Amino acid sequence: MKKLAPKINVTLKVWRQKNPDDPGHFEMIPASNISTHMSFLELLDTVNEQLTQEGKDPIAFDNDCREGICGMCGAVINGRAHGPEKATTLCQLHMRKFGDGETIAIEPFRARAFKIIKDLAVDRSPFDQIIQAGGYISVNTGGAPDANAIPIPQDVAEKSMDAAACIGCGACVAACPSASAMLFVSGKISQLALLPQGKPEAAKRALSMVRAMDACGFGNCSNHRECEASCPKELSIVNIARLNREFFKASFFSAEK
Amino acid sequence: MQLDAKVPGGSLTAKWDRHRFELKLVNPANKRKFEIIVVGTGLAGGSASASLAELGYDVKTFCIQDSPRRAHSIAAQGGINAAKNYQNDGDSIWRLFYDTIKGGDFRAREANVYRLAQLSTDIIDHCVAQGIPFARDYGGLLANRSFGGAQVSRTFYARGQTGQQLLLGAYGALMRQVAAGKVQMLPRREMVDLVLIDGHARGIVVRNLITGAFESHAADAVIVATGGYGNVFYLSTNAESANVGACFRAYKQGALYANPCFTQIHPTCIPHTGERQSKLTLMSESLRNDGRVWVPRNPGDIRDPQDIPEADRFYFLEEKYPSFGNLVPRDVASRNAKDQCDAGRGVGLTRCAVYLDFTDAIQRDGRELIAKKYGNLFDMYERITDESPYTTPMTIYPASHYTMGGLWVDYNLMSNIPGLFVLGEANFSDHGANRLGASALMQGLADGYFVIPYTIGGYFAGTDLPRFSDDHAAFKDATLAADAKTKKLMSIQGRRTVDNIARQLGRIMWEYCGMTRNTQGLAKAAKLIQELRAEFWENVRVPGSDKDFNKSLEKAGRLADTLDFAEIMVHDALGRAESCGCHFREEFQTSEGEAQRDDANFCHVALWEYNGEGRPPLFHKEPLVFENVELTQRSYK
Ligand SMILES: Cc1cc2nc3c(=O)[nH]c(=O)nc-3n(C[C@H](O)[C@H](O)[C@H](O)COP(=O)(O)OP(=O)(O)OC[C@H]3O[C@@H](n4cnc5c(N)ncnc54)[C@H](O)[C@@H]3O)c2cc1C
Ligand code: FES
Repeated sequence: MKKLAPKINVTLKVWRQKNPDDPGHFEMIPASNISTHMSFLELLDTVNEQLTQEGKDPIAFDNDCREGICGMCGAVINGRAHGPEKATTLCQLHMRKFGDGETIAIEPFRARAFKIIKDLAVDRSPFDQIIQAGGYISVNTGGAPDANAIPIPQDVAEKSMDAAACIGCGACVAACPSASAMLFVSGKISQLALLPQGKPEAAKRALSMVRAMDACGFGNCSNHRECEASCPKELSIVNIARLNREFFKASFFSAEK
Repeated sequence: MQLDAKVPGGSLTAKWDRHRFELKLVNPANKRKFEIIVVGTGLAGGSASASLAELGYDVKTFCIQDSPRRAHSIAAQGGINAAKNYQNDGDSIWRLFYDTIKGGDFRAREANVYRLAQLSTDIIDHCVAQGIPFARDYGGLLANRSFGGAQVSRTFYARGQTGQQLLLGAYGALMRQVAAGKVQMLPRREMVDLVLIDGHARGIVVRNLITGAFESHAADAVIVATGGYGNVFYLSTNAESANVGACFRAYKQGALYANPCFTQIHPTCIPHTGERQSKLTLMSESLRNDGRVWVPRNPGDIRDPQDIPEADRFYFLEEKYPSFGNLVPRDVASRNAKDQCDAGRGVGLTRCAVYLDFTDAIQRDGRELIAKKYGNLFDMYERITDESPYTTPMTIYPASHYTMGGLWVDYNLMSNIPGLFVLGEANFSDHGANRLGASALMQGLADGYFVIPYTIGGYFAGTDLPRFSDDHAAFKDATLAADAKTKKLMSIQGRRTVDNIARQLGRIMWEYCGMTRNTQGLAKAAKLIQELRAEFWENVRVPGSDKDFNKSLEKAGRLADTLDFAEIMVHDALGRAESCGCHFREEFQTSEGEAQRDDANFCHVALWEYNGEGRPPLFHKEPLVFENVELTQRSYK
């Protein structure tokens, strides 16, 4: 028979920053009697109810789906984007992964391109700007041929899906020593470049998305592979190699500027 | 009230064609003169924004999240239906239409449902052209699966992330229009009121969720695509921000609310375990294709599942419904799970769950094949529960998942307020009293890509719309009212947090207006809600400042609307003295315990009109006329 989950006491060492201009600081907040069955965000909920009752400002953090797919949650936990668990977003991280008496450091995703809004909430709108630069296939509604008109080999479709699994959370940027967005960009470029429908614009897409990434203030990829290790959807850096190839081809062999 | 659903004449199969021909067109050069507001960036709002901008309209789009890509549609797992008949297994537009009407227990409008089935095939074509990596067979053609009790394989899917992929397709199309300067995207904004001028929807007031400032936006038409209200139960499979607020604001401005008591409880969710739990995670319906649902035959049997021999297991769906077995529709599966738990056969931590067991499937197909089909779901289950479905049966229990009720719309998807259009889960139109699996994604995209681009043109071409700007007095009034509500919420400084009260409301709704309902329970719920509402306005505590990023304040504003809305829902459930689809009134069941419809008295859409503060809403109805299908008793035996 299932056992009731044990309870633990932890201390949060959490980043507090009132607004983008505030220098910010760490605050120590004890949390007691935490069921190990709780998710990390439920821990934050619990602490926030406590802070509210004490007349203090709750910890601001973003989240929505709480099932690891919307990409809205995220923080650096004990130095790791989304915490210690492999392939797991913060909302899917559970307290059973922490020990009784542990101090847990919680910081926002930091990067030059991501401005901190408040506490753990950051502005990831540069990701939208990168997609605006070409992260789509330019088809208007209405003119599509029958869906089965162009067969796509199963393994190609699968690879495309692997790359498309990105949830846009920004962990890759937060984990990268140079705050590069290459894994994010490469996911979209790979997904579309692999498919016949995406090929006509592949060169243009690669050039303009990379330019947009640079313009947003993201750093250069320096092959640390931290992005791959932190990605909750396990996007592979094979995608970055594919992006580099696409970019190279576009720069040297295409008429696109 | 004079209601006209504007269903075109002629045969069912020709209605949409005929209507498109009869709708007046807006001259291409004039389209840019019309401004359209779209609230919501899920499949419905995202696809509508993109398609309308492609046509040349000026679009302003709003969402609560930090990016339109995060709308709740992203979470849909299982798939999207389309009557492509690629599998040659007997599917057709007519069959999809019939399954949807019948699945909804004959409480939807024939013409809308038929159009949905017709458009389903265009959706798949368009999504493939957008680069959505749907699953494919070895030959490179699209793969399908059977889903949610359908006897044909018509569901298209992208692993367990179909909603994500479809939404990212719509989001890409939307971003393309942002880059083209045709859509202005305003994320982290919450619509707090609808603005009417001369009886027409002419704009909205939003709260900027970072600064707390109110902003006014004027337009020639407003499209609300803000999703469902499943969070009225607090614990649900919905995202945290999913809420009824925008629709409720429209209701208070005179829009009719249709069938609010039609809410769907999904049978396969990870059960509730603790007081602080914030969410019930869905385990895709596709699992029922291979998993077997059972409980111990003897109430109170607390042995581990492995120790319970075959003879002591009760495969209740298979025994009761030999032809559909584990694949009966959602409402039937959910109610049966509840019955078993109520009878003391529940399993798991709280004894309020049933098993979903893959042992046989793994033995038959091998672990590898099962992992290929469901690996990501099994991983998710293990992350949450710390148990592996490969070795221990899953425990599942029903949870609030989808809401069929919504704002009333006519065939053009326009509400009774001229210029207010409602798309996706936010409207009531296509699913009757129960939605079939994989049909919500289809409806959201049909509405946004293929219906609204035509019907909104008809509205513009046939309506005289004088110019107004956002400094019109109506915007000032709406802003003052919204600000007053916010100030009031901040000033109470009582003893209970917003979540604490929301949880209590959820428990009331789940207990008395959930999977089964009865007269006394509903009457009790109405009273409890009134008391809780009074408690909320006296004793809620909202921390922080209203001119700041303040999640507690956001939630408090939504809860205020939800408390009012919950009462209408209960009212509707009480008024509908029949059982149909997901609305199961205990007093009305067949001798076999199935939903007993009353077509003589309730073959209608129930509509509620706001009638002033503190007064019960006014009742109206749209009779449902079936010219093409015969109303039968659903049977899944
Ligand atoms: C876990 C889960 C799995 C599902 N799986 C499937 C499936 O496999 N197949 C299927 O067909 N259906 C499925 N569904 C149902 C389906 O996903 C939804 O019904 C559908 O996606 C709703 O889309 P929508 O565009 O109407 O609204 P949503 O996607 O909910 O979008 C609502 C939008 O409105 C915005 N919004 C809300 N209120 C406001 C406001 N006041 N101001 C500004 N913006 C606002 C939000 O920010 C968001 O952008 C599933 C649902 C869930 C919960
Ligand atoms: S809240 Fe959606 S991914 Fe975590």
